[in-house]
Amino acid sequence: MTTTLSTEQPLIRRRRAIRTSFHALGMFPILVLISLAFQFMSGYTETGSLLDAWTSGRFLTMQNLSIVMQQASINTVLAAGMTFVILTGGIDLSVGSILAASAMVAVMVSLVPGWGMFGIAAGILLGLFLGAVNGGLVAFGKLPPFIVTLGSLTAVRGLARVLGDDKTVFNADLPFAAISGNAFLGISWLTVMAFAVIVISWIILRFTTLGVRIYAVGGNEAAAKLAGIKVWQILMFVYCASGLLAGLGGVMSSTRLLAANGLQLGQSYELDAIAAVILGGTSFVGGVGTIWGTLIGALIIAVLSNGLILTGVSDVWQFIIKGLVIICAVALDRYRLMGSGRT
Amino acid sequence: MPQELEKPLRTKAIPLLRMRGIKKQFGPAFALNGVDLDIYPGEVHALMGENGAGKSTLMKILSGAHSCTAGTIEVNGRPVLISGPTDAKTLGISIIYQELALAPNLTVAQNMVLGQEKARFGFVDRNATTTACRKALDELDVDFSPTDKVASLSLAQRQQVEIARALLSDCRILVMDEPTTSLSSRECERLFAIVRKLRAQGLAIIYISHRMDEVYDLADRVTVLRDGRYVGSVTRADLSEERLVQMMVGRDLSSFYQKDRNTGYAPGATLLSVRNLRDGAKVKDVSFDLRRGEVLGLAGIVGAGRTEFARLVYGASRVTGGTMSLDGESIEIRSPLDALQAGIAYLTEDRKHDGLFLDMSVSANVNIAAIGDDSKAFGFLDSAKEKSRTAGAVREMKIALSGPQINVGALSGGNQQKVLLARLLQTRPKLIILDEPTRGVDIGAKSEIYRIIETLAHNGTGVLVISSDLPELVGITDRVVVMRDGRIEGEVGGSTGTPITSEKIIAIATGTAGRDGHPLREARP
Repeated sequence: MTTTLSTEQPLIRRRRAIRTSFHALGMFPILVLISLAFQFMSGYTETGSLLDAWTSGRFLTMQNLSIVMQQASINTVLAAGMTFVILTGGIDLSVGSILAASAMVAVMVSLVPGWGMFGIAAGILLGLFLGAVNGGLVAFGKLPPFIVTLGSLTAVRGLARVLGDDKTVFNADLPFAAISGNAFLGISWLTVMAFAVIVISWIILRFTTLGVRIYAVGGNEAAAKLAGIKVWQILMFVYCASGLLAGLGGVMSSTRLLAANGLQLGQSYELDAIAAVILGGTSFVGGVGTIWGTLIGALIIAVLSNGLILTGVSDVWQFIIKGLVIICAVALDRYRLMGSGRT
Repeated sequence: MPQELEKPLRTKAIPLLRMRGIKKQFGPAFALNGVDLDIYPGEVHALMGENGAGKSTLMKILSGAHSCTAGTIEVNGRPVLISGPTDAKTLGISIIYQELALAPNLTVAQNMVLGQEKARFGFVDRNATTTACRKALDELDVDFSPTDKVASLSLAQRQQVEIARALLSDCRILVMDEPTTSLSSRECERLFAIVRKLRAQGLAIIYISHRMDEVYDLADRVTVLRDGRYVGSVTRADLSEERLVQMMVGRDLSSFYQKDRNTGYAPGATLLSVRNLRDGAKVKDVSFDLRRGEVLGLAGIVGAGRTEFARLVYGASRVTGGTMSLDGESIEIRSPLDALQAGIAYLTEDRKHDGLFLDMSVSANVNIAAIGDDSKAFGFLDSAKEKSRTAGAVREMKIALSGPQINVGALSGGNQQKVLLARLLQTRPKLIILDEPTRGVDIGAKSEIYRIIETLAHNGTGVLVISSDLPELVGITDRVVVMRDGRIEGEVGGSTGTPITSEKIIAIATGTAGRDGHPLREARP
């Protein structure tokens, strides 16, 4: 046994190293490729000449890239929460609705004279509370996450509409509007916040016992229980995190619009968040995935939206193309699982 | 190893199957490196070897699932090319895998003719099908009908369906891959009877097994593989346990079982005391004491409630009555976490289902139960401690791996089991419950696990071993309590004065003996 192992080892290790780096890189090459393609195509639509297409492209400009990052920021924050949930093998369909309800509350509280800044806390806390309700139903009610959050998708949407009497609330003097302003070098505070959320999530997943246990619960819940892990605590944490980050997303979007509308805001945001997570290589059955992958996934979606507009693709086709990308993402997920098939 | 090579005795007969110099390369690594195999009609040929020796790969080549890199296959003296399952079937080769391949939602007959339905003008001829299937099933003397749904059958019955399916397709070479893994001892006897009958009919049976007693019982010849190489073949007359073990492991295991303690049975003070424990279902009334430094066996037939009892002690299921005390203090265990904190660890019987995190690293798997105690402020991992724990475990348990960050799913069964055992030891338990500790584990890892058990007991840990492998219980325990139908039915060894023997355990477990282990009537007439 020892003889074969010693001859096989370097080889297996090298093959594994290649596979790991392929996994780690994940969708990053695709992000780069799409970006380069949009640079070329946007230039071509502008000039109609293949020679000038690259130099006159409007995609790879500092200004456009900072716009892309800002557009990606809210979805990145939602997708970070979604990553936690999907890593445990669950799903949170309610983030779009929670975002709407939180934005409503944030804007409404911001209108209270002297208490305006508390809008931020109010929005985030509402998100946390709604996430805790989801988590409680999943962890203690033992209900399937899909059903629970499908229910709250609808119910919280209703709540968001009730909050503003089904009307749009405005606050032109939003006290925390500066959040959507520039931090430095034309980069928005929204982008900075999204990046901070990713870094904090990474620290939790990579360096804490909580992180290891999240992967463990997603990898094998029965084994996690026998290993002495309080599975309910882990489930509560991930749904609370997802809710809280959806609440933060609500506050962020209120600063961009200086308004909130319970009916339209955040519609189908959950799908973009899920798509970002899956594009990032996180397995739908849980236990496998990284937060950096999620960031790349969110950037790919933002690049697609932005690039398709720059190249003049019509609104209808944008939907079709984005949908196909999500399907391809799931196909990739399957392919990856097959690649890591074990004996 | 050439001194171990032996020419088959029956050289005058043409073998039904002759495999010569079979090599299989996965990338630059050889899974098989020159394997020979001769199979004659009317023989049961056991194929043995540790996990990873190449048995499964060889059978996959035979079934057409893999193609071989080099080597020849002859059937009835004619060279053949097996490039797919259909080829194998045409040549009369059928394989029954460990994981049975039946559609539970279909009937027995539908399963048996799957892919070769008897049809007239495209319509399934149900009568002809049922008749043909009934004939094949009758040969095996089964107690179910071709029109039964497979979902309603037991595992043993499903296996019979697979055998009947092979017979129906005019199979001449039947390969059985560890067929007894999930069968009770009665079902095993039944299976052996069928195998003998098929042998009498002239079928060649390739029988893959880890279990020595089965091989003794059944095999006419044994071929041993090691590290993808052909080690040798032995006929029934030359068969001995020492010889086989030596061939499989490649070294002499003079003391395979570690116990040499029968002379001085002197365990310490009472560690675990269980009184009238029950769960309102499978566990009805269990009382016994386990002492420090004692290896106590828990025997019983499948369904006696042994695993259910273990999970009860570990807090994985709910106690409805009875009491437990550990070290003289009454304890109440409501969750596995309570158990771990009280100093009780449990090795599950099914490491893949509720033991290991296959997609996580060896390091994470070893540390997962202990990281809570190690962690620094704000729950940050103590990676230095984690590394040293893993390195220590790999060294002590002799886990073979290329690095601590490799996924547990990529390891062999024996190494996986060692990783799981290493995790339990990180919590420094006073009492460790091992549920089928050597199931699906190769013989090298097995002796390693026995050594660990012995060391634990020597250091004062109480060890409760649940096992269906009777020679194992006899070989490693100080005392055995036997469960039957949710109750402790008897006890052998220790201070009872009755020596531990397989016969006595079976007699108590099946209810053919009094509490002291004396048979009331013969277990096997």
